[in-house]
Amino acid sequence: MTFLTDHLLTVITFLPVLGALLLLLVPGNDEKGKNLARTIALITSVVTFALSLWMWSLFDPANPGFQFVENYEWIGASIGYRMGVDGISFLFVVLTAFLIPFCVLASWGSIQHRVREYMIVFLILETLCIGVFTALDLAMFYVFFEGSLIPMFLIIGIWGGKRRIQAAYKFFFYTFTGSVLMLLAIMAMYWQAGTLDIRTLLGFKFDPGMQTWLWLAFFASFAVKMPMWPFHRWLPEAHVEAPTAGSVILAAILLKLGGYGFIRFSLAMFPDASAMFAPFVFTLSIAAIILTSLIALVQTDIKKLIAYSSVAHMGFVTMGIFSGNVMGIHGAVFQMISHGIVSGALFLCVGVVYDRLHTRDIEAYGGLVERMPRYAFAFMVFTMANVGLPGTSGFVGEFLTMIGVFQVNTWVAFFAAFGVILSAAYALWLYRRVIFGALTKESLKGMLDLDRREIAVLVPLLILTILFGFWPAPILDATAASVALVAENFGNAIGTVAPVVAAAH
Amino acid sequence: MIQAIVFFPLIGALIAGLLGRIIGHRTAEFVTTGLLIVAAVLSWVVFAGYWFAPEAAEGAGHAEATKVVVLEWIHSGPLALDWVLRVDTLTAIMLVVVTTVSSLVHVYSIGYMAEDPHRSRFFAYLSLFTFAMLMLVTADNFLQMFFGWEGVGLASYLLIGFWYQRPSANAAAMKAFVVNRVGDFGFALGIFGAFMVLGQLDFDGAFHAVEGATGTSIRFLSWDLDAMTVICLLLFMGAMGKSAQFLLHTWLPDAMEGPTPVSALIHAATMVTAGVFMVARLSPMFEAAPIAMNVVFVVGAITAFFAATVGLVQNDIKRVIAYSTCSQLGYMFVALGAGMFSAGIFHLFTHAFFKALLFLGAGSVIHAMHHEQDMRNMGGLRKKIPFTYAMMLIGTLALTGVGIPGTSIGFAGFFSKDAIIETAYAVGGNLGNFGFWMLVIAAMFTSFYSWRLVHLTFHGTPRPAPAAHAPDAHAAHGHDDHAQPDLLSHVHDDDHDHAHGSAYDNAHESPRVMLVPLLILAVGAVLAGVVFLDLFFGHAEHIEHFFGGSVVVSEALVDAAHHVPTWVKWSPFLAMLIGFGAAWYMYMVDKGMPARIAATNPGLYRFLLNKWYFDELYDRIFVRPSLYIGRALWKGFDDWLIDQTLVEGLGARVKDVTARVVKLQSGYLYHYAFVMLIGIALLLTWVITTGGLLG
Repeated sequence: MTFLTDHLLTVITFLPVLGALLLLLVPGNDEKGKNLARTIALITSVVTFALSLWMWSLFDPANPGFQFVENYEWIGASIGYRMGVDGISFLFVVLTAFLIPFCVLASWGSIQHRVREYMIVFLILETLCIGVFTALDLAMFYVFFEGSLIPMFLIIGIWGGKRRIQAAYKFFFYTFTGSVLMLLAIMAMYWQAGTLDIRTLLGFKFDPGMQTWLWLAFFASFAVKMPMWPFHRWLPEAHVEAPTAGSVILAAILLKLGGYGFIRFSLAMFPDASAMFAPFVFTLSIAAIILTSLIALVQTDIKKLIAYSSVAHMGFVTMGIFSGNVMGIHGAVFQMISHGIVSGALFLCVGVVYDRLHTRDIEAYGGLVERMPRYAFAFMVFTMANVGLPGTSGFVGEFLTMIGVFQVNTWVAFFAAFGVILSAAYALWLYRRVIFGALTKESLKGMLDLDRREIAVLVPLLILTILFGFWPAPILDATAASVALVAENFGNAIGTVAPVVAAAH
Repeated sequence: MIQAIVFFPLIGALIAGLLGRIIGHRTAEFVTTGLLIVAAVLSWVVFAGYWFAPEAAEGAGHAEATKVVVLEWIHSGPLALDWVLRVDTLTAIMLVVVTTVSSLVHVYSIGYMAEDPHRSRFFAYLSLFTFAMLMLVTADNFLQMFFGWEGVGLASYLLIGFWYQRPSANAAAMKAFVVNRVGDFGFALGIFGAFMVLGQLDFDGAFHAVEGATGTSIRFLSWDLDAMTVICLLLFMGAMGKSAQFLLHTWLPDAMEGPTPVSALIHAATMVTAGVFMVARLSPMFEAAPIAMNVVFVVGAITAFFAATVGLVQNDIKRVIAYSTCSQLGYMFVALGAGMFSAGIFHLFTHAFFKALLFLGAGSVIHAMHHEQDMRNMGGLRKKIPFTYAMMLIGTLALTGVGIPGTSIGFAGFFSKDAIIETAYAVGGNLGNFGFWMLVIAAMFTSFYSWRLVHLTFHGTPRPAPAAHAPDAHAAHGHDDHAQPDLLSHVHDDDHDHAHGSAYDNAHESPRVMLVPLLILAVGAVLAGVVFLDLFFGHAEHIEHFFGGSVVVSEALVDAAHHVPTWVKWSPFLAMLIGFGAAWYMYMVDKGMPARIAATNPGLYRFLLNKWYFDELYDRIFVRPSLYIGRALWKGFDDWLIDQTLVEGLGARVKDVTARVVKLQSGYLYHYAFVMLIGIALLLTWVITTGGLLG
């Protein structure tokens, strides 16, 4: 037991790979083999999730520092095997572990060829994603961060739609540029600080001139991942071509790597540069919120519409992070978790009708509520969460990021608030065209409502969406201490006490 | 007790919504309705506590509000928000209004929706709405109010679009939500500003901080502006959206696409008054922002006038009442803007009864006419549905404010409307005169269109619809099948055989379950004014005692309003008579006159008929440009510039280099993995060499 508690993060991170290795032993691709592969993947991911919950129960929310730390020398004195989580990262571990079982379930029937390979790739992806959040060494972080793209490539490229090759190429093109620059920056950081230990680097004061370059290099990578406007063009393409579970992971987890990176590295390690570039980030955030919302308004493809809305929602995240105060960062973290649940659920919802009709064209639908009342209900809840209706988890993050940024710059909050109007417009218009209206299309008349497996997938997400809307305390409390530390350090570094504190008197 | 009032409707909504199909429609109806009736009774108990508050509390004046903490909500840094149920006089008034009208509408809907195949869903929405509205009025902080605010918006959206097969209903539902969100844009910014300036978001804390913040300025956008003015104006923008004030009113008439009980509950009696409630609740803040108060006053006056003019020419029975609602809300805002918050709430209170009565009466007419809503195809219904006729008359008398000035004889609207008109005059100056005359003219128009409605619908001779007119009914409604249990049987049982013939011939009185709510509302429409006049608009001390500090009461203004010249007190009465006379002459005596007037003033007629062309204007300046810009950004910027030109252009160069890659996807993958490995190798080398050199 002590081994397990001492190496909990290692176990959680690498357990999926163990499952993947086990899958290698599964023979054949007949029906029996496929089911065995699915079952093994499901069990592995559920056990991982259970362990992550156990970690949550052991986590001390009052401690703002890193917990469950493992620290061993590895390659020389400089690169170590270092792991640990704090209030900012550990919920992403839980979120990842939480969503993978749903992905396995969602792929149960829709993936029929190379099932074993598919499950292997998914489990490896899980390890890499969790690794990004648990790594406390820059070299490890780099490997996980960049490595996570490889399985995603494979998922799009092998199990994707018709234009998967272009999509995979674009994915490659964007991330390639970013990762080269980040690598250079990591080298430069090592050169300056003499270590790749993230905990040491967090306390290291980089020369302000140097910070500018480092910030820009990291920005290139994170902004693409996020994705921020105008580096977002790969995302709709990737979403459209990816299978349902791929979209879920892409929207729910992979996009969060960028946001996590911004908090952990840009804001915490390069505060001067962050303060300097904040107006720049705000501008791009607003462009993301307003412009991509307008683009979402005119989409004809359901998945593309949701993909563009993801870009808009990530705009709130970047805006909140660079507000640099507690509410903004807190809101950004919450928004990322919430978006992970809600956008994941939305893509699952699209998958439900796609599995039945094999088209994502909005025009092909209409009047689904007639045949699919349960589906209509679930889709309504997630749509409303996407719109940011109070009482759903989508509201809390949006509200906190906006009230946070209002203290810093009212223009930004003013423009961001337009997102409130536009999101209602595109989301409700989508809902109206797909769910409402008279059921006249022949192809829709035989549609069946959610089956038991689909209900099992959507109901937990639905409950969490509403629960965290009314009672966000579990997430907010768990992250509060670390967020406060980040905000305090940032405020000290740039020499201003956060204006919020002044206003609170 | 307050928990029961607030959460019973939620429980009802959950039972009807989630279990509706299992327990059946009838059970769902009875459960939701029963729970609401209980909530209504409890609300009156709560209200009675304030109504009959002992004089002994004199001097205290500012009784503490009762607060019940339910759950922790958003805690982040300096922000601490909880779910709290707050009860004071203002809340108690709203509790009574909301639960009373809601429970009556529930009862009424049992009859009105009897043939609808989705009844339990309808009742779930109604109860959900009531819950959200109760959360709104019991809010103890800005954000909970915002929750209720958006919650009623959601319920309104669901109910307007309840008949989802109709494209017009879906469009109206969406329009309502989006236009309301425009208001919420301001509301949200107002909340952010309030937090920045006042330091907290719970009402008591914020109100305490107002004094210190008065006169300070904040930098909003690029200007330094008076803090309280900015905040109040932003918050008022939210109120304008929810209460359908001028410029943000366009959604309300369209909202009539929803079933009529919905129009009565949401779009007349309760939700649309949320804006009025909000301004009254925040009266300590608005008092500190005179400019914002003037804006409220002017917007209210313009709305009262504007909506009344449009109401003059509408032909759809529900749209006339909808514009009337819009106009009456304008009256309420005039009172608020003048600083006479109690009078605004008074009108809200009386208006809830008579407007719900009018809407449910109109529903009874529509029900009788088999979903005919065009008044041009009605007429002479007085004989067919005498009870509904009587109820509509009472509603009309109350709306037009019939009563004898200087006495306590009059219908509910008489007291509250005259209170507002007198207040407007008492404000004085150009502002006061403008408000006063707008309201008096609006009162004349109100009287005209109200009586026009009565004449067109009930008097004269039947005007059957043009041949082959298909009633604009929702598909789900079977017209000829009335297989209902005894409770719901029609008053005129001989009317059942109506498979053929015109809508008039087949017109029948509604079942009792629909008529009893009308009767109860009629009692309210007659008595709500005279009974409560003293509490809302009596002596300043009485008002102050009753409200116990929950709204600001200005003693000077109350005195001034009570001592306006006699001609001012008589002017709304006169305006009412003129409107009544004109309607009588044009629709009963010289029936060709309206058409002649329309023919001689075609421009004006079309301007009014098309509601001042606001829909067309907004379509041109907001909707179409948004779609155009969206498409341009998508096809032009995203697809053409970024994707095809930059990325694929560069990609073509990359492809030149890697010309012999056969399997593209794996080709790129290998490249990527290769680059990454090289990267890691580089990193390792770097670390080892420099590490070696340094260490």
